[in-house]
Amino acid sequence: MRGVRSVDEVGADERAASLAKRSIKKSSKLWALDLAIRCMDLTTLEGSDTPGKVAGLCAKAIRPKPGDASIPSVAAICVYPARVADAREHLRGSGVRVASVATAFPSGQSFTSIKVTETEDAVAAGADEVDMVIDRGAFLSGDYHKVYDEIVAVKEACGKAHLKVILETGELGTYDGVRRASILAMAAGADFIKTSTGKIQPAATLPVSLVMMESIRDFMRETGRPVGFKAAGGIRTSKQAIAYLVITYETLGADWMTPDRFRLGASTLLNDVLMQIDKERTGAYQSGDYFTID
Amino acid sequence: MAITKRQAAELAKQAFEYAPAPEATDHVRIQPRYGLFVGGRMQEPHSKKRFPTINPATEQKLAEVAEADAVDVGRAVDAADKAFASWSRMAPSRRSRYLFRISRLIQERARELAVVETMDGGKPIKESRDVDVPLSAAHFFYYAGWADKLEWAFPNRRHRPLGVAGQVIPWNFPLLMLSWKIAPALAAGNTVVLKPAETTPLSALLFAEICQQAELPPGVVNIITGAGKTGSLLVSHPGVKKVAFTGSTEVGKLIQRSLAGTGKRLTLELGGKAANIVFEDAPLDQAVEGIVNGIYFNQGHVCCAGSRLLVQESIAKPLLEKLKQRVSTLRLGDPLDKNTDIGAINSKAQLEKIQGLVDSGVEEGAELFQPECKIPERGYWFPPTIFTNVSQSYRIAREEIFGPVLSVLTFRTPAEAVEKANNTPYGLSAGVWTDKGSRILWMAERMRAGVVWANTFNRFDPTSPFGGYKESGYGREGGVHGLLPYLELS
Repeated sequence: MRGVRSVDEVGADERAASLAKRSIKKSSKLWALDLAIRCMDLTTLEGSDTPGKVAGLCAKAIRPKPGDASIPSVAAICVYPARVADAREHLRGSGVRVASVATAFPSGQSFTSIKVTETEDAVAAGADEVDMVIDRGAFLSGDYHKVYDEIVAVKEACGKAHLKVILETGELGTYDGVRRASILAMAAGADFIKTSTGKIQPAATLPVSLVMMESIRDFMRETGRPVGFKAAGGIRTSKQAIAYLVITYETLGADWMTPDRFRLGASTLLNDVLMQIDKERTGAYQSGDYFTID
Repeated sequence: MAITKRQAAELAKQAFEYAPAPEATDHVRIQPRYGLFVGGRMQEPHSKKRFPTINPATEQKLAEVAEADAVDVGRAVDAADKAFASWSRMAPSRRSRYLFRISRLIQERARELAVVETMDGGKPIKESRDVDVPLSAAHFFYYAGWADKLEWAFPNRRHRPLGVAGQVIPWNFPLLMLSWKIAPALAAGNTVVLKPAETTPLSALLFAEICQQAELPPGVVNIITGAGKTGSLLVSHPGVKKVAFTGSTEVGKLIQRSLAGTGKRLTLELGGKAANIVFEDAPLDQAVEGIVNGIYFNQGHVCCAGSRLLVQESIAKPLLEKLKQRVSTLRLGDPLDKNTDIGAINSKAQLEKIQGLVDSGVEEGAELFQPECKIPERGYWFPPTIFTNVSQSYRIAREEIFGPVLSVLTFRTPAEAVEKANNTPYGLSAGVWTDKGSRILWMAERMRAGVVWANTFNRFDPTSPFGGYKESGYGREGGVHGLLPYLELS
């Protein structure tokens, strides 16, 4: 793992900042906002989540703007394992997928057997996708084997479900660490690599995403296997969402501009996107009262 | 305009095309004709002659500017000479105040300056907005700070200004080069006559307005326009005590020859053929960005451009693959569009020169790579170009192209890298990409170049001296060093 190519922090920050300055207007903005919704994992990860809360979120996921059929459904709902069955029931036949966090989310500090069982149970309850966390304790102590083996075990437990591997980049400390963890997760079989749990600051940032995407690009060149990317945590505005799309487009190319390979995990982003779409269409901002809070 | 579901589905199928995002130009007032800025006023030229300045992206005329003749040059030098008496004796803290005022005015009028710079010169608005104009203001701020602290800059020495400085600047960074020249000259107590390049005079003429706004005493800054002839009249005028020139090595040599025996001080900042050296342990993705920034920044119209890529043979293949992929994403087009990466070539003459050298590269056997890109119908454009299989002996590896053309060579060991990098008549800048700190220092010690960048390229700061070795000129601009050419120390 120590042979993985290094990342220059100043250069990565600079490149990400320059991409964030791209000016996306009019038709391209509408296109990007539409895609942002189609790639969104609408998320609720609170101790206070109830079947009722999940039901509301599912309704929002299927039809983000009541009465406007031109707004697409989101890609998935992301919940805790205990809420998977509720979500499954409400989303049946909608095309919206159910994603479940697992493996002792968010810390990952538990026994491998428990992580595997949790994953199996979440999939049995109807999860189409599993968002696992890596064991940062093992990673930071240099025990890459343990991290690798755990991802392999969880991947196996997933069966047909897609596996997203959360690196929790805010705890890795350096871009070199982010790149190493990215390569490790992809080599172990991740279908997606994901920035953060959203429980730790900093969560997703543009330079971290750039480093992960460059790793995906290199992995694709080496192995021919495309791996998806998910940014999560702290993405609240349309402007941020568009910046992620730009960076994806200019790093990984048009092939990644699809929900199969790109996701945005967010809880409050959706209404801002809807508001911006209305603004582009009508030329005026609508009050927040015209967008449902679920 | 609600979109139907079908329209939305169609939208979803399109690729991510960036809609045009042009910077507005309605706030910029370019006058149809300009005079000469002499003695604090815009004056009709004695020559009665004018020539057009055009927008290289559209080939449209922007304005007519005056062509100064010998009488005009004489008037400008006289005005500067007259102003020198009081400016040089003024309390340094007051001089400093004028410079601070100019910096703030540059910041206030930043948007206007950026747009004019882009229209007149063809560089992308993102560069004039984020690099040229902020750095110009920074230079004035920096030297404003030195104006009343010269005795700390040169302790235990007596310092005196020289007199009238004749300054001739190039077309690649018109406002920035003006700032590099004028700020230290004024801080040290000199007065100046400056001639901008004939293809890009507008930002300097806008700067003349800023001098008026700052209520700079008349004659401290004089700006005269014209072509090479005007420049040669200026540098050879007997009233000029100090000549500062940035431009081609060819003209630099002519100036040096003509000044021999006159006792005038001279600094020259000339051409370059910088090596950008990538070692096998370098962070590759950032190195690619540095290579792109090194050669495609300002369409390669940069004297310190990293025009020779020296890459360690063991990583040449993956690096070039990444580089070609990255170059294919560069967006060439309307310089005023905020998403444009590569703007227009500054002039028709420059375009022809680039084309000629690229033809010679193909003829000599180098392999040409140019990404597919739409070239606008009007204006002067050249696609980003990479030459591989280049030998040290090819013209494209030896001569300054001053365009978006990169020549790639390989090396095996650090010693070979040093040898190849230094094997050029120029010596302005170099870049080193490696993860190993000790190797950066080892390389920097051995590079015959005025600036050596480590894991970055084309980074400028007013506190850092800039200048060349060998045919890249002599004298330094920026930093404390930048004051030296404008002072008599005893």
